[in-house]
Amino acid sequence: MSGDASRARVLGRVRRALADVPAYERPSDHPVPRDYLRVHGRRTPAESAALLAAHLADYRATVHRTGADGLPALLREVLARRGARRVAVPAGLPDGWLAGADVEVVADSPGLTVRELDAVDSVVTGCALAVAETGTVVLDGGPGQGRRRITLVPDHHVCVVRAADQIVDSVPQALERLDPTRPLTWISGPSATSDIELDRVEGVHGPRVLDVVLVAGDVGIPGEPARG
Amino acid sequence: MTGRPVPLGMPSFPRAAAVSTRDARLRANLKHATGTIRARRAAAVAELDDWRQLRAAAAAVKERTLRHLDHYLVRLEERVTAAGGTVHWAADAAEANRIVTELVRATGEREVVKVKSMVTQEIGLNEALAAAGVRAYETDLAELIVQLGDDLPSHLLVPAIHRNRDEIREIFRERMADWGRPAPEGLTDRPADLAEAARLHLREKFLRAKVAVSGANFMVAETGTMVVVESEGNGRMCLTLPETLISVVGIEKVVPTWRDLEIYLQVLPRSSTAERMNPYTSMWTGTTDGDGPRAFHLVLLDNGRTDTLADTVGRQALRCIRCSACLNVCPVYERAGGHAYGSPYSGPIGAILAPQLRGLAGPLEESLPFASSLCGACYEVCPVAIDIPEVLVHLRERVAEGGEATVRGTRAVVRPARRHALERRVVAGAAWALDRPELLRRGRRLAGRAARFAPRRLPGPGRAWTDGRDLPEIPEESFRDWWARTRAQESSQESSHEFSHEFSHEFSHEFSHEFSHEFSHEFSHEFSHESSKGGDR
Repeated sequence: MSGDASRARVLGRVRRALADVPAYERPSDHPVPRDYLRVHGRRTPAESAALLAAHLADYRATVHRTGADGLPALLREVLARRGARRVAVPAGLPDGWLAGADVEVVADSPGLTVRELDAVDSVVTGCALAVAETGTVVLDGGPGQGRRRITLVPDHHVCVVRAADQIVDSVPQALERLDPTRPLTWISGPSATSDIELDRVEGVHGPRVLDVVLVAGDVGIPGEPARG
Repeated sequence: MTGRPVPLGMPSFPRAAAVSTRDARLRANLKHATGTIRARRAAAVAELDDWRQLRAAAAAVKERTLRHLDHYLVRLEERVTAAGGTVHWAADAAEANRIVTELVRATGEREVVKVKSMVTQEIGLNEALAAAGVRAYETDLAELIVQLGDDLPSHLLVPAIHRNRDEIREIFRERMADWGRPAPEGLTDRPADLAEAARLHLREKFLRAKVAVSGANFMVAETGTMVVVESEGNGRMCLTLPETLISVVGIEKVVPTWRDLEIYLQVLPRSSTAERMNPYTSMWTGTTDGDGPRAFHLVLLDNGRTDTLADTVGRQALRCIRCSACLNVCPVYERAGGHAYGSPYSGPIGAILAPQLRGLAGPLEESLPFASSLCGACYEVCPVAIDIPEVLVHLRERVAEGGEATVRGTRAVVRPARRHALERRVVAGAAWALDRPELLRRGRRLAGRAARFAPRRLPGPGRAWTDGRDLPEIPEESFRDWWARTRAQESSQESSHEFSHEFSHEFSHEFSHEFSHEFSHEFSHEFSHESSKGGDR
């Protein structure tokens, strides 16, 4: 059967199956109650940051706090502790972040192959936003975040979150600010599995070590345009 | 419908369950795993004060979508196409398999990596690809265990839930070398070491893969966005490294708006893995220059979904978001295991989904609506409020009394189940299976263990259904006693809800569905049977 015929067939079956739905009913006529909460509790920005840190730590991410001035030193220390020699860096990551770090910087570009990426120890990125209630960072491929693969193939991901304006409380608030036309990756802790006896174990295919740095003040990454 | 029919010798639910309930190791594995997740799910759900409201919204959005499914599918197609994707439509499994096979062939590749996908299990895609000379590598840890072990999935979320860590180690040791990198020397049964072995085994496949096949958890009509929720990162590997991505998705997975995801991304992780959020969620809209696959194909699959949609009672099964919470609370599932359901869709949701997707096409499908005690625990935990007991009773009536149904898009009258009709269908199933040696072998392995149980009969109105089937043994402990005894140990408030719900369901159905009830009662007894004492009656 040709593609068009299959399309007509499936849509025809759908329409016949819905004979009980009155012809005058529009989708919006079927009620959807949206009386669920936009956010679970009222928090100051400091409380939201603390909740984010606690929930990230629950799922075995390591959380660090610093001011903007202390960021390069903290990143040096995090990379050194891991013994990272080669570090992938996306376009748009401020030059100063890795200042003084004794590592070989591997710049992300379309020409960087997966095998080259597989030989990288760590990757340092920013993010689009973070969600406190779920302990999640979201990357959207914007400046300082790079292609999706660079935060996937290396075994160690260091993600920097601007505490002042990148932390939202809830999933509804996050979706409101994200742009669906961008490729989005929601990350809640390091790679894990529940496939052995339904118990969570950290570390399968994605980075097995996730460091999240919550940084106060201006750290030089251009902000993402708010949506909606 | 041309979905994967029941292999030769795949026993009806009571036959298979009669065997699996005697498998002490299987039962111990299931009891351990489901017991662990039940308590954690309750805690994750209790964290949200508005769970009831989220659940109502989750159900209502799905209901709105289903009532206007044509509208949303056309919208989705527009948006995916506008974003650089290509949309294909498949009325049945054979069509979907043909589309995917042709797309893979067009790339010139001979292997694909796969993200865990119920729907590709449903249509038997791996077998179809193998027949075309294409090797499909499962990359989800549990799917890998199933594939290496030449096994069948037994749980929606954790297909290898019936395997404990020791068995997994043995499978890795014995079989990994046949599929690529062997298991490391001295592999232990520590879960972290097993996960490491899977990481090493699959990494090479990810790095060289040019084509990936996935399903999707959600498709957003408004934006054309696809959503895949996962834990391990194998999904991200498949969705971002290859050049070509083919997603095969049931038409019921569409949701109207981007905003609607705020409901499902809250209820799904807490219901399935009891997490606030699963480790990784990928969202993509068509293709993106310089990041990820250059070609994206979406295959929209019917394969019995429109038949299910046509049934105004059974339609609600299409709300399912495959969280597996209903499996984890089900006393029948815990006793019988997923294989007894004879379909990738096991547990309570499988008992109403599989017979509707396939039609009441044979003894297995006809027995599935009886694979329940109607205790109602499944409904209580369902994040999209599918009233599974209601649909079970509805389908039991259909089996016992016949009635109108839609089969492959056409209205048809279903006749009450009778013995000669069942036998005819078994023969038809055999003819199908003879063309599929792998399934035949697996079916025989399952059936072989069931064969030693001689058929028995129920008296009175039950005869039409039990003719040609096994009747469970009389238990030493009634189902209700077993339920009270085992559930009393779980002191959560939710358990007491489940318990009271059981009674209300039983009483409400008892008189109006005498026939159905008789079977549920008998099944209940079967699953309460603690010790396997040999000897047929």
